[in-house]
Amino acid sequence: MKVLVPVKRVIDYNVKVRVKPDQTGVDLANVKMSMNPFDEIATEEAVRLKEKGVATEVVVVSIGPQQAQETIRTALAMGADRGILIVTDQDAEPLAVAKLLKAVIAEESPNLVVMGKQAIDGDNNAVGQMLAALLDWPQATFASKLEVTADKATVTREIDGGLQTLDVSLPAVITADLRLNEPRYASLPNIMKAKKKEIAMKTAADYGVDVSPKLKVLKVTEPPKRSAGIKVADAAELVGKLKSEGVL
Amino acid sequence: MSLILSRRDLDFLVFEWLDAAALTSRERYQDHSAETFHQVLDTCEAIATDHFAPHNKLNDQNEPQFVNGGAVTIPEVKRALAVYSEAALIAPGQLYEYGGMQLPALLEKACAVWFRAANIATSAYPFLTAANLNVIAAYGEDWQKERFIPPMTEGRFFGTMCLSEPQAGSSLSDVRTRAVKQDDGIYRLYGTKMWISGGDQDISENIIHLVLARSPDGIPGVKGLSLYIVPKFLVNEDGTLGERNDVVLAGLNHKMGYRGTTNTLLNFGEGGHRPGGEAGAVGYLIGQENNGLACMFHMMNEARIGVGSGAVALGYTGYLHAVDYAKSRQQGRPNGAKDPTTPQVALTRHTDIRRMLLAAKSYVEGGMALALYCARLVDEERTAQTPEARVEAHLLLDMLTPIAKSWPSQWCLEANSLAIQVHGGYGYTRDYNVEQFYRDNRLNPIHEGTHGIQGIDILGRKVVMQGGAGLNLFNATLEKTVARAKASGDETLAGYAGELHAALDRLNAVTATLHAINDQERTLANASVYLEAFGHITVAWIWLEQALAALGKAGDFYDGKRQAARYFFRWELPKVYPQLDLLETLDDTTLEMQEAWF
Ligand SMILES: Cc1cc2nc3c(=O)[nH]c(=O)nc-3n(C[C@H](O)[C@H](O)[C@H](O)COP(=O)(O)OP(=O)(O)OC[C@H]3O[C@@H](n4cnc5c(N)ncnc54)[C@H](O)[C@@H]3O)c2cc1C
Repeated sequence: MKVLVPVKRVIDYNVKVRVKPDQTGVDLANVKMSMNPFDEIATEEAVRLKEKGVATEVVVVSIGPQQAQETIRTALAMGADRGILIVTDQDAEPLAVAKLLKAVIAEESPNLVVMGKQAIDGDNNAVGQMLAALLDWPQATFASKLEVTADKATVTREIDGGLQTLDVSLPAVITADLRLNEPRYASLPNIMKAKKKEIAMKTAADYGVDVSPKLKVLKVTEPPKRSAGIKVADAAELVGKLKSEGVL
Repeated sequence: MSLILSRRDLDFLVFEWLDAAALTSRERYQDHSAETFHQVLDTCEAIATDHFAPHNKLNDQNEPQFVNGGAVTIPEVKRALAVYSEAALIAPGQLYEYGGMQLPALLEKACAVWFRAANIATSAYPFLTAANLNVIAAYGEDWQKERFIPPMTEGRFFGTMCLSEPQAGSSLSDVRTRAVKQDDGIYRLYGTKMWISGGDQDISENIIHLVLARSPDGIPGVKGLSLYIVPKFLVNEDGTLGERNDVVLAGLNHKMGYRGTTNTLLNFGEGGHRPGGEAGAVGYLIGQENNGLACMFHMMNEARIGVGSGAVALGYTGYLHAVDYAKSRQQGRPNGAKDPTTPQVALTRHTDIRRMLLAAKSYVEGGMALALYCARLVDEERTAQTPEARVEAHLLLDMLTPIAKSWPSQWCLEANSLAIQVHGGYGYTRDYNVEQFYRDNRLNPIHEGTHGIQGIDILGRKVVMQGGAGLNLFNATLEKTVARAKASGDETLAGYAGELHAALDRLNAVTATLHAINDQERTLANASVYLEAFGHITVAWIWLEQALAALGKAGDFYDGKRQAARYFFRWELPKVYPQLDLLETLDDTTLEMQEAWF
């Protein structure tokens, strides 16, 4: 079984993001970039499927700048088998990403796509769903547990108010939530092995997909500063306040 | 931004200054690339952040306990070290055949400092293990390598270094632990070792002690010492654990810092266990009899540079904590602005705070650069193109070892003190981290040859070894940098070059004066002052090197480098003159002082 894992290069989760003075976006100059944490989880899950003998090959795809090769290398060092980088100058929008992935899937014919539920830069939470729709494949989002057999996946999903378990037939798109697993670190021997693994370099044009933006960013601003809290004298006052704020 | 270390600075030193990428053309390192180096550093930063830093304080607050004859540590240590060994970080610089990844020493050092800074106590276990297995790899017999090295690189066995004894600390010639040879060529050891780090713990399956002991022929002094492998549990031919050896934990030392590392008093051969039915700790000779100290020195040079880089790491993380605090703490107003209705300013607005942070920056970044430079010399020593170049690298490293050990132990400790000062009262409490960094770092001028011993090493041995060849090489190396700075076209750097050259000339003159008299005791009387002056001149050179590497590059990072270089040349280098003046007079104030007058 072949598993495809899309991975994105994003601002490292430890970095305090700053808005550019001209409000056109966030400042990326000299900022540490890493693999989207949810994509690390997706990669880990795919590699585990391979270690269990369920998957035979794990292919990672990234859409982004040349440096996204490093992100792919990290996935290869975690245990993925080979990579595909589709080089784009600008940050592709979710729909363009989904279309590109669909085109890759047409070539690669994986039985399963495991991907992060969202990228922590835009927090869109859209590509997985869009991709499943474009492919007309079943989808199971926010997975916290995954079991795969030859023709179906049993997925436990995190939903408001609890967990839901469902079966999807393959091929399918699964998106990973935080608690699916704890990704491994790229060990030295695996970093060395990853060096010899292949990364195919592509462009959006190779797949005939138009990635020009359809959305226009008007302005990017910092979230409003949190105002100071207040002290209440006792529980009764607290309950009163919560009621008057409409929380209770 | 990480408060453990600055990746930006490491990238500057490793890639921009010391040109790590060039090492990949050497046969030993040819499987690597700049990209794998970056990835390895990513892994180290991630593991240090996720698994080492979080229990640093816990380690400090929960010293190992003596329970039923063994040392018990907190579970976080074992977990962190499992992740560490799984990533193959125990001996990444070793040859493939010994389970290593042939990572250059430069990168190995840049990796190591992450763990030293994040949690010095937990990191001590694998670092001792690496030092230990490096000795076995260098001097061990094949069966010893096969039996002991793989379980150490896998993190199943840890190693120790057992040199010190209650009556033999600085003076190893007084070691009393003795070895007796059996008919089968195996030895039995009897004696007591003091201060042994990691001498017992509940983290690894087994502990491999490397023990310095007096050979059966009993020659006095260091010439009668041999080195033995003494496992806690004997290891069968198939690698399984055998009988418990006669090594017994007699007690734990309760330390000022480094508390998470067990520190032990060990009894060998007192009959606590009876392997093969008799008392005596079973030991296997490494290398030749009576050549133990030479083998140990292989590890000791490495260990000394390791101590220096540990001191840098602790100073560095303290500095980063202080900068972070100073940026966010609001206190007072600038000198002259006394209107109490205006908002208070950040500490960084006060010049005296900037002075302290700048001093600390110049110490920790200077120390880091020195440590990495020495690591780069190890790579030259191993892989330089010509035998002459390899010999030269070895000689320079030998020369710089006492400086690489002592300078950071003194000045990066000072950075830790400044970090407390920047925090004010908060820094003196255990709610913040900086007091622990200070206590942890206070060990470094003491172990692996005290400050005093390093002074005697540089002045008594190093500057006169091989007829002064080491000192000549040191001079030539600094002069090359001076020439480059003068030719750089940058007036400021040319000025620093002149100042460095003048200080170097003065150092040479004073060195000649000190050795012109035929009285060792007087020559060496003020050796630790000489050590300090030598160290400051060395680090001034290292700062000039960094300033050259930053030349023509713009931005806050490089401006910061330039300002720190300026600080070092204006404020620190001139400190050597009064020291050299004093030394030149062959001052005997301390020499003449009598015990009865105290
Ligand atoms: C936390 C810790 C961990 C350690 N870990 C290990 C370990 O794992 N393995 C191991 O073998 N050892 C270890 N040591 C021992 C350490 O190396 C010794 O403490 C050190 O060598 C000093 O010896 P000493 O404590 O006996 O002091 P002493 O040698 O008694 O020194 C006391 C003072 O006298 C000075 N002095 C001594 N001799 C001279 C001289 N000839 N000239 C001028 N001054 C002199 C010293 O500089 C020092 O200031 C450790 C020590 C500590 C504190």
